[in-house]
Amino acid sequence: MLNFVTEIFSSYPWLIVLVKVLGVFAVIMPMVAYSVMAERRISALIQDRIGPNRVGIPFTRVKLLGLGQPLADGLKSFLKEDFTPAYVKRIFFWLAPAVAMIPSFVVFAVIPFGSFLGAQKMVIADLNVGILFTFGIVSLGVYGIVLAGYASNSKYPFLGGIRSSAQMISYEIAMGMAVVPVFMLAADSAWQSNLTGTWKGYLDGVGLLNLSSVIAYQSDSFFSWMIFKQPIAFCIFLVAIFAETNRLPFDMPESETELVAGYNTEYSSMRFALFFMGEYAAMIAGSALMVVLFCGGWTLPLGATLDPNGYFSTPADGIIQGVLHMVVFIMKIAVFLVLMIWIRWMLPRFRYDQLMNIGWKRFLPVSLANIILTAIVLWATA
Amino acid sequence: MKVERAKLTWFERLYIPSILNGFKVTLRHFFSWKRSKVYGDKQSSYSAKLTMQYPEEKWPVPDGYRGAPYLVKDEDANTKCVSCQLCEFVCPPKAIRITPPGQSGEADREGAEKMPKEFDINMLRCIYCGFCQEVCPEEAIYLLKDYAITGENREELIFNKEKLLSLGGEDKRAYAHHTQDGVTEGIKKWEKKTQEAKDQPAFH
Amino acid sequence: MAAKDISIETVTVKVDGRSVEVPRMMLNWEGNLEPTTVLQACKLAGIEIPHYCYHPKLPVVGNCRMCLVHVGSPGRPGPDGKSPVNEDGTTKIFPMQLPYEPQTPRGVIGCATTIVPDMEIYASSPETKEMRESVLESLLINHPLDCSICDQAGECKLQEYSYDHGQAESGFEEFKVHKPKAVDLGPRITLDAERCILCTRCIRFTKDIVGDDALGIVNRGGYNTISTFPGESFNNNYTLNTVDICPVGALTSDDFRFQMRVWFLKETKSICTDCGSGCNVMIGSRENKMYRYEPRQNDAVNGHWMCDSGRLNYKWIGREDRLSSITDVKGKTSWPIALKNISDHLSNADKGSVAIVASARQTNEELHLLSKLAKHFDAITDSIPRKGKADHLMMIEDRNTNTTGAQLIGVTSKRVGSKLSIIKKGIESGKVKTLIVFGEDVTKHGIDAKLLEKVTLIVSDILPNETTKIADFLLPGCAHAEKRGTFTNVKGRVQKFMKALEPPGDALSEWEFLHELAHNVTGLDGFKTIEGLFNHMAGEVKAFKDAELTWAKLGDHGLDVEL
Repeated sequence: MLNFVTEIFSSYPWLIVLVKVLGVFAVIMPMVAYSVMAERRISALIQDRIGPNRVGIPFTRVKLLGLGQPLADGLKSFLKEDFTPAYVKRIFFWLAPAVAMIPSFVVFAVIPFGSFLGAQKMVIADLNVGILFTFGIVSLGVYGIVLAGYASNSKYPFLGGIRSSAQMISYEIAMGMAVVPVFMLAADSAWQSNLTGTWKGYLDGVGLLNLSSVIAYQSDSFFSWMIFKQPIAFCIFLVAIFAETNRLPFDMPESETELVAGYNTEYSSMRFALFFMGEYAAMIAGSALMVVLFCGGWTLPLGATLDPNGYFSTPADGIIQGVLHMVVFIMKIAVFLVLMIWIRWMLPRFRYDQLMNIGWKRFLPVSLANIILTAIVLWATA
Repeated sequence: MKVERAKLTWFERLYIPSILNGFKVTLRHFFSWKRSKVYGDKQSSYSAKLTMQYPEEKWPVPDGYRGAPYLVKDEDANTKCVSCQLCEFVCPPKAIRITPPGQSGEADREGAEKMPKEFDINMLRCIYCGFCQEVCPEEAIYLLKDYAITGENREELIFNKEKLLSLGGEDKRAYAHHTQDGVTEGIKKWEKKTQEAKDQPAFH
Repeated sequence: MAAKDISIETVTVKVDGRSVEVPRMMLNWEGNLEPTTVLQACKLAGIEIPHYCYHPKLPVVGNCRMCLVHVGSPGRPGPDGKSPVNEDGTTKIFPMQLPYEPQTPRGVIGCATTIVPDMEIYASSPETKEMRESVLESLLINHPLDCSICDQAGECKLQEYSYDHGQAESGFEEFKVHKPKAVDLGPRITLDAERCILCTRCIRFTKDIVGDDALGIVNRGGYNTISTFPGESFNNNYTLNTVDICPVGALTSDDFRFQMRVWFLKETKSICTDCGSGCNVMIGSRENKMYRYEPRQNDAVNGHWMCDSGRLNYKWIGREDRLSSITDVKGKTSWPIALKNISDHLSNADKGSVAIVASARQTNEELHLLSKLAKHFDAITDSIPRKGKADHLMMIEDRNTNTTGAQLIGVTSKRVGSKLSIIKKGIESGKVKTLIVFGEDVTKHGIDAKLLEKVTLIVSDILPNETTKIADFLLPGCAHAEKRGTFTNVKGRVQKFMKALEPPGDALSEWEFLHELAHNVTGLDGFKTIEGLFNHMAGEVKAFKDAELTWAKLGDHGLDVEL
C-alpha cells in the first residue's frame, strides 16, 4: 500500500505539489476565518464591548465563546442576494473580487512554512528568486482594488481605487528597498558553504534570493534574527505591510468615515466576502513574510541549554518535529496578526498627504541609507 | 484665526512614545472587566463590559419614547379614529394610508358618524417622528413603546386597522392626561354629546 | 356687461388709512348698477372683509354680521352746505359710535353699507377685530366643532376665519343646542343642522337663482334649522350648488360625503362635457382617481354654478372596463405597429373610399386632424346628434359638448347626422371600403354590425360598445380629464381644459395618434405639442382665424368666436 502511494507520487511529482497546495489552503482558509473572528473579538474587548459570543453549535445552547461565528458569517454571505447594480461595468465588476483575492493566496507559494515533513521540504515552490516572485505577486493585488473602484461606476469606490493605486505603488518601493539589506546579509555564500547536518539538505540547490536561506541565516540565536540585525528595515517593512494590506492607519482605500466603504461600497454577498477574505489572506501573507524575513521563520533558537540538539532550530528529520516547526511558524504569524489588529484600534488614520510624505520622503531615503550603511558595514567587516 | 500648535520636541516627534502610550491604553481597556455604569445596577450573568445582552436583557424604555404608532381605543373599547386623514397628510414618509369610509360612514355605534374603512401603516416607511400623534384631533393614534418591529416579508409589515387596534388596545397612555384625582376619566367619544342631545326636547 | 358703456364717476375713500378711488356704482347680483358697498370698496383696495352670507351672485341680506367693520364718515353739512372741517381745512371725519353710548365704536355691515365720499374704513383696526371676534364667538355657540369628520374642513370659511379672526376661548358655558344630524334634504344633499350658521345662502340660491323655493328656516331662536318646506323635497337640478356656497359643512354632497379630504385633492381646470354649454369646472383628483367636479367661476359661461347632472357625470372616467389596449385583427398589439399598419392601409386607400364618423364630443384639435385626413381622401364625414331636455338655467338641448366646434371645423354640417345615410349607402354599394369611427357606436345609428363587416373598421373609443367589439383596429382614447384640448361651446366660446389624470393602460390622447396618422398619410407637420396643434388649427379654421385665437390667448376662461 505504502509502496503504491510512494510510487504514484514519484511518478507524478506534481501530485505532491497539489497535496501541498491543498494542505496550505486547508490551513489558510480557517486562519482567514478566525482572524476575522479574532479581529472582532479583540476590537470589541479593546472598546469595552463583548463582541460576537453567541454562535456555537447550531440548534443547541452550546455557545463555545462564539467560535461558530465565522461559519455563520460565511453561510450568511452565501445566502445573501448577489446584487449587481445597474450601471456597473459588469465584466470588471465580476472579475475584481477574484483579482483582489488570488494574489494574496499565491504569495504563499514561495513561503517556507516548515522544514521537512518526511522527505518533503515544506514549501510549495522553492524558487531561487523567491523574494522577487513575492513582490511581483504582491504588486498584482492593487489591480483588484483599482478594478473594483473603476467598475463600480460610483464616486466613492472610484476615489478608493485611486487612493489605493497610489498608496500601494508608493509603499511597494519602500518595502522592496527595506528587504535589500536582509538579503545582503543572508545571501552570503560564505556561511552557506559552512552549513552542517540537515541544513545542508534543506538549502541544497537553492539560490541566494531564496527565502529558505534567510531562515537558515537566522537559525543560530535570537540575536541573529533580522529584526535585531536590521531593525530599521524591519520597521519600514512592517509599516509597508500595513499600507499594502490597507490596514489602519493606512486604510485610505476603504476609510469608511469618508468613502462609505471605499472600493467595495457597491459589493454585497459573496463578492464582498471575497474582498474580505482577500484582505485577511493578505494580512496573513504579510505576517508570514515578516516571520520569514525578520523573525526566523519556522525556527525557534532556544539556545544550547534549553534545546541542545537544535530540535527547533535545525530542519526536521522526523514527522513530529516537522509538524512542530509548522506550529511554531503559525504561532509566529498569529503574533503578528494580533499586532496588526491591535494597532488598528490604537492609531488614527493618516491623512492622504501624510501617507505620501511618509512613503516617499521618509521611508525611501531611510531605506536607501540603510542599504548603504549595511554595505559599508559588510565591506568593513569583510 | 490661526491656531498655534504646540511645538513638539525632538523626542515627541519620533512618535514612538505616543505609540507606546497607545499600546498601553488599548491594553488597559482590553483587560478591563469593570461593569458598565449605565447598566451596572442590573444583575448581568456576564462579567462583561458595556454590551447589553439584548434578547435576555432589555433596555428600559423611557416615558415619552416614540416607538411604533398604533391606534388606541377608548375605555369602552371603541375605535377612536374618525378617518380625518390628518395623520396621512402630515406623515413625512407617507407611511400612513387611510381609506375613507364613503357615504356609509362605517360607524359601528350610535352617536358616531365616521370611521376609517381601512387604516394601514407601513412600518417599513414609518420614521417614528410622532407627527401623527401630535396632529390627531381625536387622540386616536399614539406612538407606544414598541421598537422591534420585525417581519418576514414586506406585506407583513404593513399593519392594517385590525392589527393596529389590537396592538394599541386600551393603552392607558392614550388618556392619561384626562386623569382627575388619580382616576382615569377617559375620553368617551360622543357619549357626552349623545346624552346631551337626548336630554334636550325634540324640536321636529 | 352692459355697464361697460356707462362711464361711472369715482369717489375716494380711505381703507386702513390708504386712499383708494372706487367707482360710485357697481354691479349687483343681478347685473344691475347699485351704489358700491364698503365690502366691495375694500375688495378693490385689496383687503378682504370676512363674510358668510354675502355672495356676489346672491341678493344681499346681511344676517351673518361677519362683515362688521368700523367706519368713519364726514359730518352732516351745516347751514352753508359744507361738512365740518378740521383746522387745516380738510373734511372732518367722525368715527361711528353708538348714539346712546358715546365713545363706544359702532360697526356697520360691509355688505350692505354704501360708501360715501371721504369715508374712512378701519378694516384692520382693533375695534373691527374685536367685533369680528365677538361675531365668531356667537356663531360658534352651537357649532359642534367636528372638523375632523366634516367634509368641508379645509375649505370651510368658519374654520378659516376662526383661525384668522377668532379667539381661542369661548365664554359660552351652557350646553350646546343639538340639532338634527345627517338629514336627507333631497336625493343628493345631506344636512348637518348643527354646523349651520344660518347665513341663508342656500335659501336665496334656490329661490332667486333656480326659482325653486324649496328651503326655509324653521323653529325659533337657537333652534333655527334649515329645512325643506313640508311636503317639498329639495330636488331640482341645481341642488349641489348649495354645497359649494355653503360656507360651512352643513350641506354636504351625498356623492362626495366621506370620500376624501379636500386638502388631498389636486385641482385641475377643466370643462364639463355633459352638454353644449361648456360650464367651467374644477376637477378634484387624488392619485389618478377623480373625486368631484366643482363649478369654476366664468361669468361669460356659467357664473358660479353648474347643474347636478353634469356634476355627477364623471364616474365613467374611472370605470373598470375602460378600453386600455390597442388591438387589431390579430389581437393585442402596440402603438407603433398599429399606427404603421393603419398608415399603410390608409396610404393605399383610394380617394372617396374612406368615410369618417367623428364625435361631436371630441376636441377641436382632434376634429381638425380628422378633417385633415378627410380632405386627403375626399371622405364623407359626419357626427351623431344627441338631444336631451333643456332647462331654464344652464342645461341646453344639445348634449354633445363640441357640436359648434365640429361645425366650424367642417366635420359636420348644420344638420348633424344628415350624412349618416350617405355613408350607409356608400358601404352598401361597396364604394366606402374604410370606415373611421371616433367615440360613437355606429351600430345604434343605422350602420349595423353586418354592414360593418364589409369595411375595414378603424375605431377609437373610451368605453367598449358594439362597434368597438368588431373593430379591425381599436385605438383606446382618453377621457377629457386625461388629456388637454379645447371645446367650442354652443355660443361659440372656445375654452381649453387641462389634464388631471393619467389614462389607463396603453390609452393615448387621440390628438397624439391622430397627429401621427395625419403626418404619415398627408405629411402634416410643423408642431409637436397641443399648443402647436391649436395654433396650427387656429390658422386654418376660418372662425378661429378671424378671432385670432392662440392657445396662450385663451386663458382660463376662453374666447368667443363669431358663429
